[in-house]
Parts: sequence; structure tokens; C-alpha cells
Amino acid sequence: MGIAEFARDGRVVLGDRPGAAVVAAVSGFLLLDLVAKLAGTTVFFLGTRLLGGSLTVGSLLSMVVDGLLVGLAVGLAGIGLSMTYSILDFANFAHGDTVTAGAFLGWVAAYITAGLGTGAPISELFMLNSGRQLSTVSTFLPVLLGLVVAGVGSIGVVLLVDRLTYRPMREADNISLLIASIGVALAMRYLIAFVFGTQTSGVASGGLRVTVLSTVSVTDNEITLLVVSLLLMLGVHLLLQRTKLGKAMRAMADNEDLARVTGIPTERVIRLTWILGGSLAGIGGYLLVLESGTISFNFGWILLLLIFAAVIVGGIGSIYGAMAGGVLIGLVDSLALIWLPSGLSRASAFLVLIVVLLLRPSGIFGGVSTA
Amino acid sequence: MSAVDSVRDRLDALPDVGLVVGFIASIWAVMLVLAIAVGGANWANLAVGFIGSVTVLIGGYAILALALNLQWGYTGLFNIGIAGFMAVGAYTTAVLTAPTDPAAGAVPGLGLPLWVGLIGGMAMAAIIGGLAALPALRLKADYLAIVTVAFSEIIRLVVNWDGLAEFSLFGAPVGTGGATGISFKSANDVAAGLVNGVGQPLVTAADGIGVSGPNLANLTYGVILLLVVAASYWVLTRITNSPFGRVLKAIREDETVTQSLGKDTRRFKIKTFMIGCALMGLAGVLFRGQAGYISPQQFRPTITFYVFAALIIGGSGSNTGSIIGAATFSGLLFYLPARLGENISLGGTRAPGNIIDAVGGLASLDPLPLLAYIISNVSTLRFVLIGVVLIYIIQNQPEGLLGHRNEPATSVSLDRPQSRSGGEADE
Repeated sequence: MGIAEFARDGRVVLGDRPGAAVVAAVSGFLLLDLVAKLAGTTVFFLGTRLLGGSLTVGSLLSMVVDGLLVGLAVGLAGIGLSMTYSILDFANFAHGDTVTAGAFLGWVAAYITAGLGTGAPISELFMLNSGRQLSTVSTFLPVLLGLVVAGVGSIGVVLLVDRLTYRPMREADNISLLIASIGVALAMRYLIAFVFGTQTSGVASGGLRVTVLSTVSVTDNEITLLVVSLLLMLGVHLLLQRTKLGKAMRAMADNEDLARVTGIPTERVIRLTWILGGSLAGIGGYLLVLESGTISFNFGWILLLLIFAAVIVGGIGSIYGAMAGGVLIGLVDSLALIWLPSGLSRASAFLVLIVVLLLRPSGIFGGVSTA
Repeated sequence: MSAVDSVRDRLDALPDVGLVVGFIASIWAVMLVLAIAVGGANWANLAVGFIGSVTVLIGGYAILALALNLQWGYTGLFNIGIAGFMAVGAYTTAVLTAPTDPAAGAVPGLGLPLWVGLIGGMAMAAIIGGLAALPALRLKADYLAIVTVAFSEIIRLVVNWDGLAEFSLFGAPVGTGGATGISFKSANDVAAGLVNGVGQPLVTAADGIGVSGPNLANLTYGVILLLVVAASYWVLTRITNSPFGRVLKAIREDETVTQSLGKDTRRFKIKTFMIGCALMGLAGVLFRGQAGYISPQQFRPTITFYVFAALIIGGSGSNTGSIIGAATFSGLLFYLPARLGENISLGGTRAPGNIIDAVGGLASLDPLPLLAYIISNVSTLRFVLIGVVLIYIIQNQPEGLLGHRNEPATSVSLDRPQSRSGGEADE
């Protein structure tokens, strides 16, 4: 491409889409600043610091690792949100609490099996209260069992919720469904609080620390999160590419009436959507607790907006978009620390969400529906 | 006929003002009965305490529900950033009215009188609402919802940020106090001043039957809030019955048709959004900042969803319904269960510390531990109840208690006449 053509394209972008131009300018500036910071140089302009500062490659890498890990779990949880959004056509505000419910089910299972025979009373184990910290290396089987229970248990939860709440109102408009999901979110969150209390429990901590690069180290629990979420994403990919289910889902998301006319059993596809999305949400929640070490009754609710950000950035309805969006939002959340004080880094993820919704509501990948 | 229908028919027979007054009076009566039942010799003080707290809650939620009704019920703007606009109003008022020479460790403000702060807070909430609405109104309803909730979280994170805890505004030191919050001129003190000044004989009389001064001041504050509700109701009814309001209803019914009639619907929507946000800002100060102190914790998105629950129970689209919904939500679903749970005892059975011990009693056929556990956790379970009520209403009665009364955009009714008794309802 010639310079003139490039410049003309640039002018077109500037004229037609001023928002995109601003985003490009800001990103360019931040990138330049990052390079300057890594190089350890500072550029002054009229006496104020314009660019640069100092940042070591090591701390940048550990930020990237942190963001990647959180992002993978958020992306995993986001797949379900994206699927219900496109197939059932509503924003499910109860998805965050599905994440919490799955995590609690999984951790109770893991905690009780790990604690059997140690003499700890069952009520303390059930309340995740015995002070024991699990890790993949020291208690492999209980952690694995918990993972399975988190996935299976949250399937039960979402199917029950769908049967009681959403199924009687399949024909309702998307705002009514959204409001119903707010009711589900409240009821679920406080049922969990009723059973497990409102305290934050520490349940996991890394059993082994592996140094990857000279300055970056990860724990066994973090490696588990990485491996499991990548495997599950691969599994979802294969499921959608190699089975008729993927095609049926895409048809449902596109045009439900047409899908029904073509003979796709819509109610069954809806159920499979809940099963797939619910189990991934529960496992995502379980893995996040494994990585962060603590669990409380509202952690999924707090995470919900971040999951929404991932889904919207990736493009609603796109499963690959949800995965990529999750990683992107995780990275934004963590890398924002380079430029912003720690109190504001979460705000930057929400800002990305708003900017994407305003400038490109179909998501940064252009709304290619792959579900 | 469902239970809600029969309640609704009875409500329908009353004029609006009588309906609201009667409804709030019956909630007061419930509180009075509860106080007499559990208070013993101290019942009068307890009753004034209960009624005062419930009135403040009703007033606060009613202002918020009215504001949301203007945005959502009349114009279809699905705003779930209420907490954020409340925070903008409350923090602006706080910064404007906090004393210039605060106590050690507190944040200074500009020291202006409270009424200046209130006007400033409403204006700032309206301006921020307008700025948010400008780009966001192009979006579909559910996208608007997500944008507004994200926006409200950004506002909360910004006022929570310690970088703004104390800064200099045109040379004057001001700040938000960060996570620790900020103290400012308390609206409660106005009520207390009124009670202890003009109402001195009343205080003496109340003291005679054991009612404490602060409780009386709190009740007075609740009544003042109800007056604010009445004023907002009057203004909103004027707005919605004006030609401006007819355009709003037309936008809700069909925006494209309204546009094709030459109305600049965007401008109408932005104005409506700003008026609603100003009211939310006012509620942020008067309700959350009643005692002259606010912190970011008070502006979590949860409160937004409580306002939605209140409005949906009452029926979106109806101003009277908004107030009834706020009273039902805050009085019967939010406040009453918590007080009941505190005051019911099971004759010596202590509540177990966790659910396993509570359920364990069932093994030996003793339901008392579980019952005691449930009672001691009623303040948690009431939110489950609120969620279930929300689901029930949206499934069975989407128009709420009074939402069916929303006026059509036309001057003559286009609905088919409703059959009042018996017969098939044509839905």
C-alpha cells in the first residue's frame, strides 16, 4: 500500500469514524509510552512528563501472566453468557451467581474429600472453615473431583432455574427475561449466603512454585487453571465443529422460527445450551477460586460485569469471541496497572466495555457468529 | 382470578391520593402492632423508631422509583446505573457543603449551605446523566442497561480512588474522602433542629410516654421525605400530562412513528434522562446521605436492582404505582422481615452457628434448631423472597400492581373496554 493510499484511508477513518480514530490515537500513545517505559527513558514536553518512566520486563511479564490467567477463567465463564445471549436472546444477570454456585459446590466436594480422615468435623469441612489450603499438587484427587462436581452441579442448578423461571416465559421479550434473571440472581446469591454465610473463606493456595522465566513464577494451581481452561476451550471447539449440535445452535441463534421449521428441536438445543454454558460457568468459578485462593458468596456477582465486558468485546453470540474477549479483558484489567493506580484498573475494563458497545456493538471481531 | 388481581381490583376503586395515604398508613399500623407485640413497656419508643425507619425507606425508594418510572416507564430508557447517578448527586452535595475546617482526619469541602449543595447535586447528576445519555441512547435497551451499570461502577470506583480523596479545586482543598467516605452538612440535622425548635412541646410530650428525641427526629425526617415524594409526584404528573409527556408516551409506544411526526425523539429522551437523573441525585443525598456521611460502599449496583424491584412490584408506567411499589418493597419485603426475625424467639433454643448443625437437628426429629437458624438469618432470606417475588410478578403480572393504569399516548382510550367481573380476560 502506498503512502498516499494509507493517508487517504486514515483521513476516511478520521472523518467517518472519529471515535475509532480517538481509540487508535490513545492505543498508539499507550503503546509508545509502554516502549518508552520498558526502555527506561522519559520524554519531557514543556516541563511535564509526556512519556515513559520505568518498568521492568519482568514485572510486565508477571502482569501479562496474571491477566492471562484471570482472562482465561473469565472467558470460560463468558461462553455460557454469550450462548444464552444469542440463543435465548437475553442478558442473563444471574450468570455471575451461577459461577458462584458452581464454585461452592465444587469446593465443598473437594474440601470434604480432602478432609475425610483428618478428624476435622464435617460441619467445619462443609462450611470451608477448617483452615486447610488445598493445592493441585498436594491434594490432586480432591481438586479433580471438585472440578467435576463444579461442572456437573452447576448443570443441575441452571436446569432447575430454567425449568422454574425461564421456561414458562419463553415467548417473553428480552427485557422481561432480563428482569427475571435479576430476580434469579438475588434469590441464588442469598440462598448461597444463607447456607454458607457471608464471610470470605481461604480454601486454596499454591503448593508448588515453578519459575518459568528468570523473574516470572507460577504456582501449580495457576498451571491447573491454564491447562484445564485451554483443554475445555479446545473441547468446546471440537464439539461445535464436529457435531450437529454446533450447527443447530448457530441456526437457533440466527433465526429461531426458521430453525424450528427446519426440524431443529429448539427446546433440546436450549437445554444443551444451558448444560454447556452452565457447566463451563461453574468450572470457571471453581478455577478462579483455585487461582485466587478465596471464596465468598458474592464473588461471581462482582465478576459479572467483567464477564459481560468479555462477551461484548468478543461479540455477543460468538463463542470464540467470548474466549478471546475474556483474555483481552483480563489483560486490560491487569495491564492497566502500568498507567493507572490500582484503585482504577477495574474501571479501565469497564471503560473498554462501554467504548466497544458505543463504537462497535458487534464486538471487535466484527460479530462473526460462530456459536 | 389470581391473588394479585383481587388486590388490584380493590386498589383500583380508590382515588390515587387516598390509595397512597391508606397504603402507607396501613404499613404504619403493621409497625405499631409489631412494636406493641414485642416492645413491652417500651412499646411507644419502639413504635416511633420502627415507623420512622420505615418511612425514611419508603420516602427514599419512592423518589428513586418515581425517577426510574419517568425514564423507563414513560420513555423506555432501561437505566440500571441508578446507583451511579445517586453517587454523583450525593458526592457533589458533600463536596459543596462539607465544612472548610473539618475535624482531624476528615476531608474539607466548600462549606456552602445545604440548599446550595442540594441544587448543585441535582444539577451535576443531570449534567452527568445528559453526558452519559448523549452517546448511549442510540443503543438497544439491553445494551443501554449494560452501559449504564458499567458507568455507575466506574463512578463508584473513581470516588473510591484515593487519588481523589483530597485535591485542590481552584485553590480550595476539597475531596471525596476515598474509601473512608466524607462527612458533610447533614439533612437529618434540619429535621432535628425543627423538632427541637418549633416542636419542643411535642418532644416534651413524647418524652412523657418514653419516646426518645432522636427517634422523633427520624420520624420527622421520614415525613419530610414523604413531602419531597409528594412534590416530585406533583412535578412528574405535571410533566407526564403535558404535551412533553405525551411525546414521551408516544416514544414508548413507537419511536419511529413519533419521529415521522417530526419530533426530535433524541432530544426528548435526553431531557427525560436528565430530569430522572437529577431526582436520583437528590435521593442520593437525602436518602443515602441522611446522616451527613456517605462512602462508596453505599452506591453499589445492588441498590439499583432494589429500585427496579420496587418499580416492577408497583407497575412501571404509573407514578402512583411507583410509590405503592416503593412502600411494598421497602416496608413489607425489606424492613418488616428483618424486624420480625430480630424479635421472634423460640423459647430458649439458640440458633446454631451453621446450617449443618441446624439440619442435624432434623435427624433427631427436632425442627427447632433449623427454625432458629432460619429466624436468625431472616435478613439474608428476605433477599431470596424479593428475588422470588420479582420472578413471580414478571411471570404472572408483568404490569405490576398498578402498571395497567398507564395512560395511552392518545387522548381517547384505544383499549377495548375491560370486563370487570367474570368472563375470559382477552389477553
